Amino acid sequence: MRAWFFSENAYHLLPDSKEYDSIRVKLPNRYYDPKIGADLYHRFIDEWKIAEDLGLEIMVNEHHQTATNLNPSAAVVMGALARDTRKARLLILGNPIANRREPVRVAEEMAMVDVYSRGRLECGFVRGVPYEMSAGNHRPTRMMDRFWEAHDLIVKAWTSHDGPFNWEGKYFHHRQVNIWPRPYQEPHPPIWITALSPSSARAVGERGYIVACFLTGFEGTKNVFDSYRERRAELKLSTPALDRFAYAALVYVGETDEEGYAGARKLMWYLESNKVPPQFTSPPGYHPTASAVNTMKGTNPGIFKMFQNPALGPLMEHGLVFAGNPDSVYRQILKMYDHVGGFGHLLIMGQAGFLDHDETVKGMQMFVREVYPRLKALA
Amino acid sequence: MATNVTQPGWVTVHGVRLEIVERGQGRPILWLHGEEGLDPGAPFLDLLAAHGSVLAPSHPGFGHSPDVASIDTVDDLSYLYLDLLAERNLRDVTVVGSSMGGWIAAEMAVKCSDRFSGLVLVAPLGIKVGDRETRDIPDIFALPPDEVTRLQYRDPARAAVDHGKLSDDQLTIIARNREATALYAWEPYFHNPKLRQWLHRIKLPTVLLWGADDRFVTAAYYGDAFRTAIPGARFETIPGAGHFPHIEEPAGLVERIGGFIGERKA
Repeated sequence: MRAWFFSENAYHLLPDSKEYDSIRVKLPNRYYDPKIGADLYHRFIDEWKIAEDLGLEIMVNEHHQTATNLNPSAAVVMGALARDTRKARLLILGNPIANRREPVRVAEEMAMVDVYSRGRLECGFVRGVPYEMSAGNHRPTRMMDRFWEAHDLIVKAWTSHDGPFNWEGKYFHHRQVNIWPRPYQEPHPPIWITALSPSSARAVGERGYIVACFLTGFEGTKNVFDSYRERRAELKLSTPALDRFAYAALVYVGETDEEGYAGARKLMWYLESNKVPPQFTSPPGYHPTASAVNTMKGTNPGIFKMFQNPALGPLMEHGLVFAGNPDSVYRQILKMYDHVGGFGHLLIMGQAGFLDHDETVKGMQMFVREVYPRLKALA
Repeated sequence: MATNVTQPGWVTVHGVRLEIVERGQGRPILWLHGEEGLDPGAPFLDLLAAHGSVLAPSHPGFGHSPDVASIDTVDDLSYLYLDLLAERNLRDVTVVGSSMGGWIAAEMAVKCSDRFSGLVLVAPLGIKVGDRETRDIPDIFALPPDEVTRLQYRDPARAAVDHGKLSDDQLTIIARNREATALYAWEPYFHNPKLRQWLHRIKLPTVLLWGADDRFVTAAYYGDAFRTAIPGARFETIPGAGHFPHIEEPAGLVERIGGFIGERKA
């Protein structure tokens, strides 16, 4: 198994949450101090470099108009990391391509990072979280049509080397597509796609990309991975290796269970601070109609309620947080691994909120020294 | 044509299947619902049916009408309903649209009004009035649901819905109506940037009806912009109503529509 260190680059020095009704979309940026923000950017880049030194791979993502994540452009921070690192694989998970107006620009940026890093880019595509429909003015309906058209255009831009091609699709129009640079890796960087539902997992499985699950717990993750495997079997495609599956959780390894839990409680800031009103969590058309009906009836599955009122016990029980001493964390990861049929990538949310630099680094060191060798032996 | 049918029926227009309420007899009245969707049991429809034969379709994606992959703009809807009038060979039609339905009706009238006898726009949306930094229409997708209700209803208590008392079918319709509204109206937001400049093409008898207590788009601002863009349009306010007079003041609204239709009788 390969482990990836991931940080949301949050800006956590916020007023009491009673003073605002949403941490996303509309929280005024007067609460952001750019001088503190600069220190934070450099701190987080240092932590990614330490992750590389320890032997971890690097993952970044992007979000918009939110204090929970100060990377509105994954390409920009990854550009800096591509220059500052030498050996780690560099995963962007991901580019919210259903929300980007110019997929060709995404193809260019990703090719640039791939060349800059001499072929270390792993390129993720995501649909984009519901809160960002307002942030980007993107229509929440029929998003997956737009997503796949953007994907098709990006892959074609990466793999066309004989001058311009024409693209007049439903959502995107470019008559002269001919990107410079082209990607370093042939035919293009490995593609990752996040899936939350069995139907999207099937679409990823058909293409053989790496499917990633974020905080989906035991059952949600199993549904996604099973759907991926089933779809490939239906189409008589090769059985996917473990390296096609990734799972992201909040992870903190301490010397004792207590220390691990204390670190995890600080990571939970990410869930606790995610105060967002319903008009931003459920823009119409983003979630399936049946799920909108369940919301009105108040019968959505327990995992949704857990996000509304996060507590360490239930989060660990459901496999969203792996925390404790090294043996405990290994057992927890193994339990998830066995439940979902195995996975080849662990995406570690290892920094959030008030977890300071030393604590962040200690959690990484403990993981690498005490847990990672056992995980590597798994696959 | 069917009369006194409470359950909606179905019509197929150029391959597009639509749920439709048809009620009453006489000269045709096309009712184009807005973002709130069509309630086949609304008292308003029965009142309107006293003045002619009412056709009230649910737009694709609304109510039980299926989504149609090739239909995703109000422009598409305007052609769809022009096709409906043509396929039924209807003439002398009073076209009535409310809110987003008023936008559809205006787009139809700009394109071709040969089959119309008159146009009734009830607090229509669809045009850009102010400058680029003026939010002409409150952002229903970014406001708390209670605030949207407060803006749209004179008496917000009337819009209160106890989701626990509704069937899955009724809840599904609420969800589908919201999704379809986002499909047609997300961007540009509830308007066609070009519509206002072409409204002068409407040479029909036209009346604009506006709830006197419409806080969503006001008569003085949005209504006035519509009135001045359509040559000779008459403007009347409906006391006791917010943005949806057919819900809050159905009798008052139908009285105005009936009067307008009556003026056009040969």
